[in-house]
Amino acid sequence: MYRYDDIDQQLLEQRVAQFRDQTRRYLAGELEEEQFKQLRLRNGLYIQRHAPMLRVAIPYGLLSAAQLRKLAHIARRYDRGYGHFSTRQNIQFNWPRLEDVPDILAELATVQMHAIQTSGNCIRNVTADHFGGVAPDEVVDPFVWCELIRQWSTLHPEFSWLPRKFKIAVSGSVADRAAILVHDIGLAAVMGTDPDSKQSGSVPGFRVSTGGGLGRTPIVGHVIREFLLWRHLLSYLEAILRLYNRHGRRDNLHKARIKFLVKERGPEAFAREVEAEWAHLKDGPATLTESEVQRVAARFTKPGTDPDLTHQDAEFTLKKVRSVPGFAAWERRNVHPHKLPGYCAVTLSLKKTGVPPGDVSAGQMEAIADLAERYSGDELRVTHEQNLVFADVARRDLPALWQALRALGLATPNVGLLTNIISCPGGDFCSLANARSIPLADAIQRRFDDLDYLFDIGELDLNISGCMNACGHHHVGHIGILGVDKHGEEFYQLEIGGSQGAQAALGRVLGPALSAAEVPDAIERLIEVYLERRDSDAERFVDVVRRIGIEPFKERVYDYADQTSPDRIRPLAAAAG
Amino acid sequence: MTTLIKRRRIEYDRWLRLPAEAEDAPREGDVIVPLALWRARGEVLRWRYCSLGVWLEGHEDPAAIERDLHVFHLIALRVGGFADGRALSAARLLRERYRWRGELRAFGDVGSDLLPFLERAGFDAFELREDENAEAALAALGEIRVQLPAFRRSASQSA
Repeated sequence: MYRYDDIDQQLLEQRVAQFRDQTRRYLAGELEEEQFKQLRLRNGLYIQRHAPMLRVAIPYGLLSAAQLRKLAHIARRYDRGYGHFSTRQNIQFNWPRLEDVPDILAELATVQMHAIQTSGNCIRNVTADHFGGVAPDEVVDPFVWCELIRQWSTLHPEFSWLPRKFKIAVSGSVADRAAILVHDIGLAAVMGTDPDSKQSGSVPGFRVSTGGGLGRTPIVGHVIREFLLWRHLLSYLEAILRLYNRHGRRDNLHKARIKFLVKERGPEAFAREVEAEWAHLKDGPATLTESEVQRVAARFTKPGTDPDLTHQDAEFTLKKVRSVPGFAAWERRNVHPHKLPGYCAVTLSLKKTGVPPGDVSAGQMEAIADLAERYSGDELRVTHEQNLVFADVARRDLPALWQALRALGLATPNVGLLTNIISCPGGDFCSLANARSIPLADAIQRRFDDLDYLFDIGELDLNISGCMNACGHHHVGHIGILGVDKHGEEFYQLEIGGSQGAQAALGRVLGPALSAAEVPDAIERLIEVYLERRDSDAERFVDVVRRIGIEPFKERVYDYADQTSPDRIRPLAAAAG
Repeated sequence: MTTLIKRRRIEYDRWLRLPAEAEDAPREGDVIVPLALWRARGEVLRWRYCSLGVWLEGHEDPAAIERDLHVFHLIALRVGGFADGRALSAARLLRERYRWRGELRAFGDVGSDLLPFLERAGFDAFELREDENAEAALAALGEIRVQLPAFRRSASQSA
């Protein structure tokens, strides 16, 4: 965890006082609606379907037990007793009262939390690999760089009023678990050689990509620099942001993200422009120094781990427990490797059937905080797949932790499987949505409730967005579902073949949209085709789609197309019923 | 008349800012001319006034006046409010790349809540929007008194 210094803390307190006054002026009629809108957005406050929605920042997904307890308190006191973890590693409260928001922000400030820049056309919360610092395939710990970016981007005087929102993601591992290629800027931390140094040997740097994004025009980002020395991180970001701030479109909301600028100029030409701008900024005041990086690194607390603990220490205990029904499945899906041999990372699944994906009650939050203190060095992470992670669990504690999580309904062994659905809040809460997401996620989870079947299907990402803003990342789901509105009715369009990670790809639309009732059947048919056509268990759903194309899937789903209603496939429901 | 705040004080504004479509400027007084007029008549104007300023629209590049900076007493940039932050980049370019040390003035949609960003980007003078009052604007400038360390390193320390 990064611990604030005095300046970090003062900034938060001054920001709370500022927003308290802005809210007062608005409620007193001194501030116009549109003016206040821009100010409240930059404090995470949306006006939603039922009430304001407050999005609280969880920088790069890292959270302490004390912070989680505060979130539980806020959920209980100011909301309806729960919170929703989002795909951007933040938490959202759906029922606060506008008048209470300054008080909520003041409470958050006491635990070094805030809602700064969680919405609005500015640099948003930077996201990262949820296994940062512990993943065995990690090259560079991303968190220090994330924190430097957080400090640099907070209330940035030049880049706080951009053409559109701006998202930066950082990964420091071989595998990309932060979906960096679908961000405005993706930073892959790598090791390389310093061109300015006479010494040989590897130093940290970044492979920089830009122009990626989901939304209504999904685009995979382009690498514009293979190696950027760590020292130049912020000046290079400034060069990209400056080009975007000056030349990004402001006349059309739907063409305002940086991906459109990159596309219009061409990635190579854009890269040259960035280099030309950077030539002026390079080695300027934004240049990082070793002492500056050290200053930030030194404020990170690390969970106390015992380096002498070995893998074998735990095996004796674990062997006995593996025969207990459920444990082995949980260990296989929800327990992940760690740099240290005696340790592991554990995913707390927030995807139990019957609970909206990403939702956690206040009681659960408090219990999770207790467990984090006891088993994972006081901290936890939020993943962009809307689960939680304990990153530093001693393997010998796994049986006890499993029991505790099971009692809380947080041990569903479905990480990486079909029911680990990513879903936006959808039409139940969000005023932008065309269709509801949560009831659909629930219906799919109910249909695939047989654990053996789920394990047999294997790795499958299923993502749902309630509208084309794509908050549920449907474009990069192996199966993606998009809510659409047809003459005031909810329909769902299916995409298959998308994926996140280093080989990020966008899914292809399968065919005409389906009704909510038809979707679970359609997915069952997709799975049928997959199971028939796969070479072996090792070939995943998405691999088969890539190998054989979408046609066989399309044929199966739309087999019985109803001629009288070309828009949809009624007989599916009939066949199922 | 709009209120002028300069270096955090309310000041009398002696400058006349000509509209975008101006084809010529009055023969005396302190005048801020649009870039288009400067481009068209600069060779005449530069000998005419004791005090001359220029103003730029959001899309106009400060590089266009780089070679003429020594002529001007003031540069003004039109600010597009919350919806348009281009003037913030232009301000930093003028201060940092082109080393402009004179008055840098914001006009247009200049509300008090935008002032802290404008000031930190390098503006030192503000023509407030009609509906804004000077006390609120000055108060807004004092609301956030610290900057985060990593940003302080990169900030334009203009004043």
